Amino acid sequence: MQINVKLFATFRAGRFAAETREYPEGTRVIDIIRDLGIPEEQIGMIMLNSKHAEPDQQLNDGDSLALFPLVGGG
Amino acid sequence: MEELLDFLHERAEGDLLSWADQNSAAERFGVPLARVEDAALAAGILPARYQRNRRAITVARQLTLFRSTVAVIGCGGLGGYVIEELARLGVGTIIAIDPDVFEEHNLNRQLLSTPGTLGWAKVDAAAARVADINPAVTLVPVQAAYTPENGEELLHSARVIVDALDSIPARLALAKTCTALGIPMVHGAIGGWYGQVATQFPGDDTVQKLYSRWVEGKGVEQQLGNPSFTPAVVASIEVAEVCKILLGAGEILRNRKLSVNLLEMTFEEVLFEQSGAET
Repeated sequence: MQINVKLFATFRAGRFAAETREYPEGTRVIDIIRDLGIPEEQIGMIMLNSKHAEPDQQLNDGDSLALFPLVGGG
Repeated sequence: MEELLDFLHERAEGDLLSWADQNSAAERFGVPLARVEDAALAAGILPARYQRNRRAITVARQLTLFRSTVAVIGCGGLGGYVIEELARLGVGTIIAIDPDVFEEHNLNRQLLSTPGTLGWAKVDAAAARVADINPAVTLVPVQAAYTPENGEELLHSARVIVDALDSIPARLALAKTCTALGIPMVHGAIGGWYGQVATQFPGDDTVQKLYSRWVEGKGVEQQLGNPSFTPAVVASIEVAEVCKILLGAGEILRNRKLSVNLLEMTFEEVLFEQSGAET
């Protein structure tokens, strides 16, 4: 199935800004995070189809996933 | 105070009151500059320092800003610019909260830090700066860390609360305090080339969402530090949000966040679709 993956800020470095990627049925959010080599502790927020999402959520064909790093300075 | 009003009307050129005349009025009637400013604005007379605000902000709205209290939590990178801009905008009372003193590593970006203010409490530098640039504005310095325990006492009088903190857990706590107090919170955060802004109204859980995966520690700023321009950009967007909330104008960054990427120079709006019914 095809998943539209969008990365923000530092997650783009050495990866991409946005890509449509092929994943097997049953893929969860966390599987994509691991596939991309993003350390889990760097993630601030996960959004799936413009809704707040959790790592163990299963994905469906055509879903849009966005990953944001923690930004906390002031 | 009819005499004060007569004096202001007499001295005003058109509907503009010069800084010199504002000072004369304060001296002559023995009242604070703030009192003169309030009386002038209430009478439809605009202190001349605000004349370039005018296309965006009417005299009546300038009075609304002047009678508003805004709390700024953190007086570092974001907070320095936020305080500067609020004071120049003409927000009448600014509560500035920060426990720290300026150190040398602040000099690359923190507006209120200079070689001369190293070792000063940041809130004292804020008070001195505001007294310098707009003495009609009252800055209330609080040299203490915001905590959930002191939050209500420190913040209850604010109409809007500005997040200029540098700690994720403190932000999460502040978001709760703001909701408990029923006060809107303008969230801003930076790290390296990146930043984000969102406005949370009481009952929203925006800040909680932004940091929902947080367990401990800091964000990208730990590795990347903070250059001079990122706090200036994000702080300015925060102040624009404050201005609109105070005036009930424009469109607020509510249920959406602005993701700022100054390396690729993109500003992306991220919409939060509401799961439940909202008012």
